[in-house]
Amino acid sequence: MNIPSLIQNDQGSIIEVRNLTKIFGPRPQKTLSHLQRGCSVKEIREKTGHIVALQNISFSVQKGEIFVLMGLSGCGKSTLLRCLNRLIEPTAGEILLDGEDLVTASADQMKSIRRKRMSMVFQSFALLPHRNILDNIAFGLEIQGIPYEERVQEAKKSLDLVGLSGYEYSYPDQLSGGMQQRVGLARALASSPDILLMDEAFSALDPIIRRDMQNELLDIQDRLEKTIIFVSHDLDEALKLGSRIALMKAGEIIQVGSPEEILTKPKNEFVERFVEDVDLSRVLTAKDVMKVPDPMIHVTSGPHVALRMMKEAGISTLFVVGKNRELKGIITADDALRAGKEGLPLQDIVIPDVVSIHHDTPVSEIIPVIAESRFPLAVINEEKKLKGVIVRGSVLAALGRSGGSV
Amino acid sequence: MTVSPFPRLPLGSAIEDLVTWISTNLGWLLDGITDVLTALTNTFQSILSSIPPPVLILFVAIISFALKFRGRSQKKSQYKRFLESIDLPILCVAGLFLIWDLDLWDHSMETLALVIVSTIVSLVIGIPIGIFASHSDRFNQIIRIFLDFMQTMPSFVYLIPAVIFFGLGNVPGVIATVVFAMPPTIRLTNLGIRQIPKELIEVSDAFGATMVQKLIKVELPVALPTIMAGVNQCIMLALSMTVIASMIGAGGLGYQVLYGIQRVDIGSGFEAGLAIVIIAIILDRLSQNLIPVRELKQS
Repeated sequence: MNIPSLIQNDQGSIIEVRNLTKIFGPRPQKTLSHLQRGCSVKEIREKTGHIVALQNISFSVQKGEIFVLMGLSGCGKSTLLRCLNRLIEPTAGEILLDGEDLVTASADQMKSIRRKRMSMVFQSFALLPHRNILDNIAFGLEIQGIPYEERVQEAKKSLDLVGLSGYEYSYPDQLSGGMQQRVGLARALASSPDILLMDEAFSALDPIIRRDMQNELLDIQDRLEKTIIFVSHDLDEALKLGSRIALMKAGEIIQVGSPEEILTKPKNEFVERFVEDVDLSRVLTAKDVMKVPDPMIHVTSGPHVALRMMKEAGISTLFVVGKNRELKGIITADDALRAGKEGLPLQDIVIPDVVSIHHDTPVSEIIPVIAESRFPLAVINEEKKLKGVIVRGSVLAALGRSGGSV
Repeated sequence: MTVSPFPRLPLGSAIEDLVTWISTNLGWLLDGITDVLTALTNTFQSILSSIPPPVLILFVAIISFALKFRGRSQKKSQYKRFLESIDLPILCVAGLFLIWDLDLWDHSMETLALVIVSTIVSLVIGIPIGIFASHSDRFNQIIRIFLDFMQTMPSFVYLIPAVIFFGLGNVPGVIATVVFAMPPTIRLTNLGIRQIPKELIEVSDAFGATMVQKLIKVELPVALPTIMAGVNQCIMLALSMTVIASMIGAGGLGYQVLYGIQRVDIGSGFEAGLAIVIIAIILDRLSQNLIPVRELKQS
């Protein structure tokens, strides 16, 4: 769905942040020199009253990925996001957008970048209450001075994209929270920017609506391939949306990595603690908990071979595959014994309607299925090829190893 | 009598010197202001008094109905909206008709002209100052002292310099009224813009708006309900100044009240006072219905 984090080369990076520091207070530059001389953040706060909100942040964002900045409240993630479009002025460091430094860009350059290249979605939706939905979405285009007819056209397209056609002339206060944030998203998309900055965009929504919006965002991302920088304090959200996640604490980035890396290779105790509460059943998918389908038997084989295989593996059922490991069904030891006595071919005792699941199914959906099933679950891919098997024990074992390597 | 042991500050004489200095050195400016205000007041007064009373009454009735009807929720039926909106035109017609019947029409039009001119001047000066105060904390602190001063200093005190600078008549009346009526405009414009949620301001910045675009497309429209409350207060205070302003020669209903007081003519004083109340109520209701209120929905 997302561009896998494995594909990372420097040519693909659209934003590169180098040694970004933000200090709040009346004399940030002076405080910066204290910081560079090695004073601790705590010392600086106690002695000068300055607050070091971001300290030496470096990371790069690849074109087309969803990069999630995650951390507890007050860790500086929203400040960092606002530094990227300079709603907050960074104290030191570089932000390279396609190689061009934004920190030293002039006000006019910045204005044009904000108009054309990056737009923002806000936690509280921030729709203008006196404008109808269409005019809200067209706001960015209006700022650019695009003629009325043209911007209404674009706004309608954008409204369609978020599935709200028909609400053109409603006002924000007539819409539910979820719908308002769709409008917020449509407004950000209307000026077709390369980069979307999303500040806790879904945090103010009900859990069910939030999940819908997350799916919708992934959907839109699939179609438009924007680069999205998403701030969240919700690890589940980060794991669901993020191509890569930067975990922040007290103004510093602790670890950057793919969701799997964050979960399975936590860099230090902080990350470990952060991820230990995560609902692994949502994060892990069938392919994470399945076992290699060994043994399995080819459909042209005979019942005696099947019995022998089962005996050796100490199991009472066996998956039957055809050409290219295509799943045919399952046989039980009792049936194989009967077939052996009566001389039946394997084909006659195969139970074809075996429960099979796709290898991307989350474990949370597997648990109820496996609880109902008499047999182990077959894990298959799009071509019905048998990729693995899941038995109850392997699910429990995977969930038991919370945060550990799976 | 308590006498302070410290040398007395010559505050009173300093003010007197200042007033004399202004009237001798800034005469050209004072004359200019007088000319503009006289022209404005006369224009409005002649327009208003040239309209026959029945026409103006009908006009106010239609406007008041239209404004109130527009403000009713569109979810309700037309009939219900009509019922909810009809009270205001009835009130306006009855009130204005009473004024006409009491032979106070011409005086009322003069008062109305003075109130309109005072309000326009207050808004033209007050709203930009309010906008500026909302963007600069330091300016806001300075202006607050002046606003407190303007609102609490007894208005009789600045009637005297007003007379010295502008003579007797409607113009010093307008000036004194502006001094008294302008502060709420400034305060509420400032407050309205400061109260705008931070993220709405960020929206205009994040989409690359210029200062002017931000002001016109975000700040003023979002603050409009609060600014309009200031306009409403400005109109009300301007009306409340009519009697005081008549002491320095401003005409209209205020002068009728003053006349009634001086002659101990309870009847005519009460009638003119009632006419002021009627005009106040009508202007208040009209200005309150001027913009449809859209509440800012916060999640």
